[in-house]
Amino acid sequence: MLSLISRFPMRYSLVAAGLLSAGQALAQTGDEPVELTMYYPVAVGGALTDVVDGLVSDFEDEHPNIDVEAIYAGNYDDTRVRAMSAIEAGDAPQLSVMFSIDLFDLIEQDAIVAFDDLVETEEEQAWLDSFYPGLMENGQLDGQTYGIPFQRSTIVLYWNKDAFEAAGLDPEQPPETWEEMAEMGAAVREASDGEQWGVMVPSTGYPYWMFQAFAFQNGHRLMSEDGTEVYFDDPAAIEALEYWVSLADEHAAMPDGTIEWGTLRQNFLEQSTAMIWHSTGNLTAVREEADFDFGVAMLPMKTQRGSPTGGGNFYLFKDSSEEEQQAAMTFIRWMTAPERAAAWSIETGYMGVSPAAYETEALQDYIETFPPAAVARDQLEHGTAELATYQGGRVRRALDNAVQAALTGQMSPEEALTQAQREADAALRRYAR
Amino acid sequence: MIQNADRRMQVYGALLLLPAALLLATFAYLPTVATLFNSLFLPGFRGEPAEFVGLENYQLLIEDDTFWQVARNNLIYALGTIPTSIALALGMALFVNARLPGRGFVRMAYFTPTILPMIAAANIWMFFYAPQIGLFNAMLGWLGLPGVNWLGDPNVALASVIVMTVWKEAGFFMIFYLAALQSIPPELEEASNLEGTSRWSFFWRVTFPLLMPTTLFVLINALINAVRVVDHLFILTKGGPNNATNLLLYYVYENAFSFFDRTYAATITVVILLVLAVVATVKFTVLDRRTHYQ
Amino acid sequence: MTTSTASPARPSRRFTLPRLDTVAAWLLAIIWIFPLLYAFWAAFHPSEFMVRFDLLAPLTLDNFADAWEQAPFARYYLNTFALVTGVVLAQFVVCTLAGFAFARFPVPGKDILFMLVLIQLFVFPEVLIVENYRIASGLGLVDTITGIGLPYVASAFGIFLLRQTFKTIPRELEDAARIEGCGWMAILLKVYVPLAKPTYLAYGLVSISHHWNNFLWPLVVTNSVESRPLTVGLGVFSAPETGVNWATVSAATLLSIAPLLVAFLLFQRQFVQSFLRAGIR
Repeated sequence: MLSLISRFPMRYSLVAAGLLSAGQALAQTGDEPVELTMYYPVAVGGALTDVVDGLVSDFEDEHPNIDVEAIYAGNYDDTRVRAMSAIEAGDAPQLSVMFSIDLFDLIEQDAIVAFDDLVETEEEQAWLDSFYPGLMENGQLDGQTYGIPFQRSTIVLYWNKDAFEAAGLDPEQPPETWEEMAEMGAAVREASDGEQWGVMVPSTGYPYWMFQAFAFQNGHRLMSEDGTEVYFDDPAAIEALEYWVSLADEHAAMPDGTIEWGTLRQNFLEQSTAMIWHSTGNLTAVREEADFDFGVAMLPMKTQRGSPTGGGNFYLFKDSSEEEQQAAMTFIRWMTAPERAAAWSIETGYMGVSPAAYETEALQDYIETFPPAAVARDQLEHGTAELATYQGGRVRRALDNAVQAALTGQMSPEEALTQAQREADAALRRYAR
Repeated sequence: MIQNADRRMQVYGALLLLPAALLLATFAYLPTVATLFNSLFLPGFRGEPAEFVGLENYQLLIEDDTFWQVARNNLIYALGTIPTSIALALGMALFVNARLPGRGFVRMAYFTPTILPMIAAANIWMFFYAPQIGLFNAMLGWLGLPGVNWLGDPNVALASVIVMTVWKEAGFFMIFYLAALQSIPPELEEASNLEGTSRWSFFWRVTFPLLMPTTLFVLINALINAVRVVDHLFILTKGGPNNATNLLLYYVYENAFSFFDRTYAATITVVILLVLAVVATVKFTVLDRRTHYQ
Repeated sequence: MTTSTASPARPSRRFTLPRLDTVAAWLLAIIWIFPLLYAFWAAFHPSEFMVRFDLLAPLTLDNFADAWEQAPFARYYLNTFALVTGVVLAQFVVCTLAGFAFARFPVPGKDILFMLVLIQLFVFPEVLIVENYRIASGLGLVDTITGIGLPYVASAFGIFLLRQTFKTIPRELEDAARIEGCGWMAILLKVYVPLAKPTYLAYGLVSISHHWNNFLWPLVVTNSVESRPLTVGLGVFSAPETGVNWATVSAATLLSIAPLLVAFLLFQRQFVQSFLRAGIR
């Protein structure tokens, strides 16, 4: 507390601030611990900041020569803004957890280094190869690895077994196909006399992500691997959006208008809907708060199963000394080690990022008592990379707007996606290879 | 000798102004000029320096449907918030100025929203607006009415944001009306009572005209706020759905800090500055003809 | 300007309202205060009572404990407190000097300079976020409390208010002080500043509530817990996508408005008068 107060007046005056940084520079020449700063986001409920703080302090206990300052920076977008502006101000963090799809923006700003450049020993190389390939897709470009999976998720379907039973459906049988989901949703709606919705797919926050799942289930991938092209106006994409819209329009299984990402879990817990699509990162929070029987399933299919992966990767930033980069890598390796990955997965619902994590006793026991925890992993074989392109902010916004315009009836799915394609093309015009 | 003393006072005065001048130059004039300047560039592509393109950004702006939608939203937002909050503020002031049981409480109730941060107000209203589980829809449910998707339906979302803003602002404007009302000589009213003028016509023929300077003053403030305050969007809608609630300054923020397109953000800022310049001109020419700065 | 606005003691000389008006006034008051009451309801009850109004619902402080635990509110308080004190003090100094110069010194081109200052009443730091961010970043002020406050220090509004006040102070007082051998600084401190106390109070209260509540510029210019003020901390904490429990968000909201709200309820009259005084310009 004393140090807090005494730091204040210093921060306050410019001159003193200069002295302070001079003092810091002096301090680092000694045998002082390496100091790392890391930003990280939280995009789903619960007190995840506590979990991260706990992990960090465990790490510091084991590695007294490394100090990690973990800064919670808001959601994924906030974290990107924060990290980018810190870089611009010449105050770059050494590492951060950021959106897996920030890769292109970070590369364009020339802000990050590839892990391959730092990996020396075989042991380190083995670590780099130890993750699920599906989770590496968003972290690699031109054969180099820039992002190490950490808080990764896929979209899964949560269903309320009690509600299914009340609607005369088999409570143990989640929908397998698009048709089934629409029918079951409509059945719930009807049986509850309009009290309860059948299904809710969130359309604020990350609408493009949900839409990617629909598109991929219809056999369509929305972007090129090098991040320079998108394919929003493909007939398969249009059909996917038409189905999404029809859930409200035609089947009356879903409410009209957009559905709020942030309050959706609350909606499910309040039983105002029988099914939701949401990140696996919500799993533990739902489990703790639900006072009814629920299940978790892979998303239904049209021509194939499918969900984009999502979530945050570790990145290493350029503007740091070799010593700091090594320390940062030590930290990242520690955080992604199987035991930690398992513990993290149990605490949050995010995926264990490597097969080895699922082989740990802790996670195996957990899955035995709580099988839904394995669904995300099982779905991974049907996974696809999350929408990542250059000019990501603009491109995603174009698609988000199209999804919202279609869901709110402002445009037909075809018009909306055609417009989104035009906007994305304009944003990407300088990047065509 | 006298001239010397005069010169000394000039220097002394200039020195007194110096800190303020430096700060104003750094954080008001320099950025204004830089905004104009930067709006003439395109951001550097892949680390290259920014490229001078003349008025191309303005060309893009004119062709940008989203910009026009955002500008229209802002206009609707201004038209929706300003007359309503002014009318309510006046009504509140009239209520509180009259003999009224519990006047202290009523006045406090009107004024309290003014004290809250916009962000906190937005948090509270988020609970009202949330579909399915929010309070408004719960209340509609008790009445047997179907719920409304307050923030998710593009036809309603902007209105929802406007309602919240009116709630936040009306009490602030009320106090200016209250002060003005109390400076109206009570004899006027007594006289009109004797003449048997109805309250309604007294209000329109006497009170309202006397309050005109206050109305203009409040109007200017409300106009500025309609451009300047977008804090609530960060919580309520983030400008969505499909830009239905996006406002100019929020669009600047998005371009600068989500799309990393600082030069386009500068171009939109120029539009905002133009709007403010018009407001300032109105204030300095129309309003200050009455209240001279002396 | 009448200053009796907020005096509840003075009986109104106006006619008594008919009942209908009374009902309308009260109805409006209840509607207006309701959101705040609702926030209290939500914060002090378990989350399942968010939309269930049950007088027997159990009261709880858990939501506050959760909010306090989940975000570093203590640090945010400290930041906001440092910010507000720093800004207000710096504004007092800078605006006093400038207001004094405008009121009493024959600076060449004074009228034009003053018009230039008044422009800032319309061009706020938050409108210029893009360039101000660049400037703050060039000065190494990003992510510091100084960075949040500095753009607001030379407040046109403060300069204007103090200039007006200083102008009303009779020159005779100044001359008397000069005869006693006071220099300009001593005159400023002994004559002008003490007589402008009500202006300082009014301006200070307005400035405190403005900076306590300010959001956009602090959001842009801060990156970390060390410098984030309460509003930004609250915004980050309660952004809907975090899916934080509503009751907790309500508690966090109340936590961050509590000091100002309590101050307002205790010193209502001063607050209202300050806003008024500061507003009539």
